[in-house]
Amino acid sequence: MYTMQAVAGPTQTDTPLFAMTGICKTFGVQQVLRDVAFDLRAGEVHVLAGENGAGKSTLMRILGGIILADHGHSHVNGSEVLFRNPRDAANSGVAIIHQELSLVGPMSVADNLFLGHESSTAGWLHQTGTAQRTRDVLSRVSLRIDPRRAVDSLPISSQQLVEIAKALALDAQIIVMDEPTSALSEPEVRNLFARIADLKSQGCGIIYITHRLEEIYTIADRISVLRDGALVATRDRSDLPPDELVRLMVGRSISDQAPRRTVTCNDLRLRVQHCTVRATRAGVPPIVSDVSFDVRRGEILGVVGLEGSGVSELLWATFGALANRATSEITIDGQRIRINSPRDAIDAGIALVTNDRKRTGLILGMDIVQNATLAALPQLSPFTWLNHSAETSLASQSTQQLSLRAASMRQHVSTLSGGNQQKVVLAKWMGTNPRVLLLDDPTRGVDVGAKHEIYLLMNQWSEQGRSIVFSSSEWPELLQVSDRIIVMHRGRIVASFEGGAATPADLLRAAMGSTRDE
Amino acid sequence: MAPSDERTGWRARLTSPTATALFALCFVLLIGLIFSGDGAFYKWSTHRDALRQASVYGILACGMTFVIITAGIDLSVGSVLALVAVAFSILSIHKDWSPWLTIPACVAIGAACGATSGAVIAKLRIQPFIVTLAMMVFARGLAKTISGGMKVSTAMQRPDGSWTAAPVPDIFKAIDSRLLGDNISVVSLIFIACIIVSWIILARLRWGRYLYAIGGNEEAARLSGVPVVAMKILAYSLAGAFSAVAGLCQAAQEQQGDPEAGIGYELTAIAIVVIGGTNLMGGRGGIGLTLLGTLTIGYLDKILSVNAVPEASRLMLTGVIIIVAVLLQRRKD
Repeated sequence: MYTMQAVAGPTQTDTPLFAMTGICKTFGVQQVLRDVAFDLRAGEVHVLAGENGAGKSTLMRILGGIILADHGHSHVNGSEVLFRNPRDAANSGVAIIHQELSLVGPMSVADNLFLGHESSTAGWLHQTGTAQRTRDVLSRVSLRIDPRRAVDSLPISSQQLVEIAKALALDAQIIVMDEPTSALSEPEVRNLFARIADLKSQGCGIIYITHRLEEIYTIADRISVLRDGALVATRDRSDLPPDELVRLMVGRSISDQAPRRTVTCNDLRLRVQHCTVRATRAGVPPIVSDVSFDVRRGEILGVVGLEGSGVSELLWATFGALANRATSEITIDGQRIRINSPRDAIDAGIALVTNDRKRTGLILGMDIVQNATLAALPQLSPFTWLNHSAETSLASQSTQQLSLRAASMRQHVSTLSGGNQQKVVLAKWMGTNPRVLLLDDPTRGVDVGAKHEIYLLMNQWSEQGRSIVFSSSEWPELLQVSDRIIVMHRGRIVASFEGGAATPADLLRAAMGSTRDE
Repeated sequence: MAPSDERTGWRARLTSPTATALFALCFVLLIGLIFSGDGAFYKWSTHRDALRQASVYGILACGMTFVIITAGIDLSVGSVLALVAVAFSILSIHKDWSPWLTIPACVAIGAACGATSGAVIAKLRIQPFIVTLAMMVFARGLAKTISGGMKVSTAMQRPDGSWTAAPVPDIFKAIDSRLLGDNISVVSLIFIACIIVSWIILARLRWGRYLYAIGGNEEAARLSGVPVVAMKILAYSLAGAFSAVAGLCQAAQEQQGDPEAGIGYELTAIAIVVIGGTNLMGGRGGIGLTLLGTLTIGYLDKILSVNAVPEASRLMLTGVIIIVAVLLQRRKD
């Protein structure tokens, strides 16, 4: 490491600090990375851009040694390396700073910096030497704090700098930052950018992942665009204007056409006004700030936003699931209602399909019937006595309408495929006969066939007069299914489009916070 | 994941929690048949006594089952047992209350202790271990306070300083008696009644379904409209109420209310639930398993005692058996 530091200065750019070539990765049948070539020079910020699911995080996990590529080569300073595990990557000077920080909260800053690499003799820690090194690395990130403080007593922005200092303590040269500003306030972002400039001058290379156009054009030296697992361009910032960047990010072919239907929308069904969701931390702008929207009877409203834009939180708040952090005024069919809990929402005829069925949708240890009737149980069990035959008939009725494929209704949901699990979640909500369906990325992690079925079902439900608020990470399909689309950026609605009148590029431009109008 | 339906495969059936718990019980019974303590194991009275001795633990374990299914724990059941035993003795021996009043009052005391723990756990979001540890200490202190730190027995001091014995209350005698031609203890019948009530709640009522849902995935349950706070309070209240029932039995058997009673019983109750195969992570298990666990622990203790194994060795063996049983129960998925 030290010899490398001696030769690789900030000015030397002919041998890249790091290079990957021919990287391929397949998960099951899905190829997520195709022949990717990527390099990082010393002293540059290289932004990696791409839509949700373009393959950025997979590429970074390969770089960090968390997963192995199927094919491809990696070079650090011109010599070939193979990262079998995170430790290999760390030893070659790679540090990944995740959105979820990997510090041990109750331990002190100093202990965190050298965790796993403590300087010791026969188990006895070198106290004085460590204190000196701690001061050195903290000064490199301009963090003036007492290194004896517990990490979890520091604000997130300082914790992030501790994480960077930890990387420096291990002589990291290749630093990956994954959406580092998502939880920061404006002044904290400015401070982080100043620290990134320091790192550049110290000869580090930084791979920076963000969804914010403004940030890309503030700090990038070069920009690479990933699309559907392929690297479509690597250019200097000056050679890649924002419009061109957006075009490169979305320009994909739509493989499976979602069905288009014509429904005449009429009466107002759901009106959400002044919805605000506070962040869990003080001093950070709200996750959703003063958002209002309407949905008509039988209408499918698409809601679009990149990660961290507040789309999920908007849907959760409408469902009463963030009662202690959210405020809003909700009117359904002309009636003003108070929603303080999911139960209130269910009673008002609202259903929420979350974007993570294993964590927040299903009880995996229960069978299909028990999952499919959970939300409708009060109607099925007067005086709290369970009526097993009523349960089974409701469950089979709602799962048949969704053409769920299972060996038995008593099968545990943990043994079902992703698509069928999602149908159990949908069946649970259709069993409550909802007026409004809030669907947060309902096709995530399901196969193409099940995806198509879910779109057909959504059309069917809207024809029955149900209203649907729908978010998806697959925008071409969302554009096909939705009657109207609203776009969120940093907790606000920044644009709205009539269905069919927008292109994925329009959505992306708005979602990345571009203020330019077309 | 195996594609086959896990409820129909014979192999799956043999490794189901019920089958494993049954296997453990049969193994213990087999030991009893071999080491029968000079034939004591072949007498019905041995079985009757084994069941009676296990019943108080079994009643506590019923309550513990609800809590463990929600992925919680209740360390206070032994102290609540003592508190209720003391209260029951004071009201029955010294205050001459009618059993029709005393018993509901005592069960209400237990349920109130549990409801308090449950409310703190669910509303203030403090870990069940901590909250019920605090309740364990608090209820023990309360039992000592109302008893004046002494056993509440039928011995009474006259104003002149001499001692006399009050009559043993009829309700004590009734609970401590045997029925069906001396063949089964009333305490065992109470235990069986507790099992039936628990089974109804867990398998036949919406509440039970909600308890499993909370233990299986609390966030998904909440988003499905399950009243999580109310259901957690219910689980701990049930644990408290069942502890109270155990306390009534304990007082009747000892014919006194001992504020030091039930120390360490919470651990036996947890061991019974775990040996039965109810998962400490919540969401899985059932009262049938707790019945099997009670019988396993009860018979193990009885067989060791009829063979005159010293108590010290019995404790060590029980420790080993708990680990073996849990290893057998470990799911292979």
